[in-house]
Amino acid sequence: MSQKSSARSARPDDRRYTESHEWVKPDGDTVLVGITDFAINELCNGNEGDLVYCDLPEAGRALDQGETFGEIESVKAVSDLYAPVAGEVVETNAAIEDHLEILSKDPWNQGWLVRIRPNSKDLPKLMDAASYEQFLAEKKH
Amino acid sequence: MKHTPLHDRHVRHGARLVEFGGWQMPVQYGPILEEVTRVRTRAGLFDLSHMGRVRVTGKDRVAFLDLVATNHVARIPVGAIRYALFCRADGMPIDDLLVYPGADEVFLVVNASNTAADLEWMREHARGFDVAIHDQTDELAMVAVQGQESRAIVEKLVRGIDLSKLGYYKFAFGEVCGIPGVRISRTGYTGELGYELYVPAPEVGRVWDELCAAGEAHGMTPIGLGARDTLRLEAGMPLYGHEIDATHDPIQAGLEFGVSFAPEKGEWIGRAALAAIRAQPVRRLVGLKTDGPRAPRQGYAVVVGGEQVGAVVSGSPSPTLGTNIGTAYVPLALGEPGAACEIDVKGKRQAAAFCALPFFSRTRK
Repeated sequence: MSQKSSARSARPDDRRYTESHEWVKPDGDTVLVGITDFAINELCNGNEGDLVYCDLPEAGRALDQGETFGEIESVKAVSDLYAPVAGEVVETNAAIEDHLEILSKDPWNQGWLVRIRPNSKDLPKLMDAASYEQFLAEKKH
Repeated sequence: MKHTPLHDRHVRHGARLVEFGGWQMPVQYGPILEEVTRVRTRAGLFDLSHMGRVRVTGKDRVAFLDLVATNHVARIPVGAIRYALFCRADGMPIDDLLVYPGADEVFLVVNASNTAADLEWMREHARGFDVAIHDQTDELAMVAVQGQESRAIVEKLVRGIDLSKLGYYKFAFGEVCGIPGVRISRTGYTGELGYELYVPAPEVGRVWDELCAAGEAHGMTPIGLGARDTLRLEAGMPLYGHEIDATHDPIQAGLEFGVSFAPEKGEWIGRAALAAIRAQPVRRLVGLKTDGPRAPRQGYAVVVGGEQVGAVVSGSPSPTLGTNIGTAYVPLALGEPGAACEIDVKGKRQAAAFCALPFFSRTRK
């Protein structure tokens, strides 16, 4: 009945993480932004059918670091999405709207949400994969 | 955080456990919307041991409850159950509850998150009455079987009660899994045929297991509190903290069936304030449906003609209706079923329409 995700693999170390569970991955002169498996599990606990909506911004929107750029909604909760970097939204992942299950199946690659052209070449100080793991471990206690 | 006597079983069954009213409770075992549909089409088993169970004894128990609760307790027939509220002098609810008058007691079932406040409220007003208030929450567990298959399932475990003759909002005592004197009521929070069983805590694990075994052939599975909330919303049943709370009175919530202004009930706490609201209501609770992508959520503005006219108090996707539903308070003149409105989802307007409550009910047919 339930579709629990199997033992999760390590979080990728090719990107940075925020305390609000977004990831940001450099890709040429832009960055891709998504949310972590932890965030998705908080929303749906491995039951991808519980994800009901993802609201993403229009391309062209300017974002400050930490600004809300969208929302993701499950049957029982709505969570804000926060921009990990300041910049301009250049693209959103059109596949997500009709296929929210992508987020639980592949949050790291196919599950990207927005592509942002950052205002600064230097990405803000965010956690690497090991620090994020530790952040999650401390959160549990 | 408190655990119910069924906690280990929930963990073994892969439940997602969350804090609810001071208890760690299963919010879901699988996808929430599938759990809703399972209860609507077959049956579901719920652990409700977090709810407060209170036994009131003493010769003044009925007079006492007629002072602190809104319904007319002295008029509840033997074997019947009534909905009521505890309201403050200003008419605002402390909690809502079910009242089971018995031969030498009155049994109450209250919300988990308000149990402490309810006990304090009752004890504060018990002075001068010959009553004793016993909190039975820990000694007596509570499980519910809800859905069209529920009678066939519960029947297999019960001796001494003909469930086909137990009417809606009636209760009786019978033998369950060999345990004598178990209170069984035909009640629930789903809008379906269903039963609630009050089982001594040390025995409830066995009863749960036997119910699971008996229900297997009927497609019954354990159901979490997430689905229960959507089921109650579809059935138009209020939830404290949403449709009613310290700023939302029972009259404008449409719960007057749980409030008695009968002269024989005498004076009671909140009566004058609720009578004034009843004489001049200004708003009402209505249903909302929206085919847009977002579900109504508590706090979203309800907009008519470009103006905010009210606010959503509950909302959810509804698998039974195949659309997003919610409840909202709007001025009395608005909210006619079918009339168009919008909900404001954080600045984005989404088309919706008012509709009558409940959205769905099998019990009220």
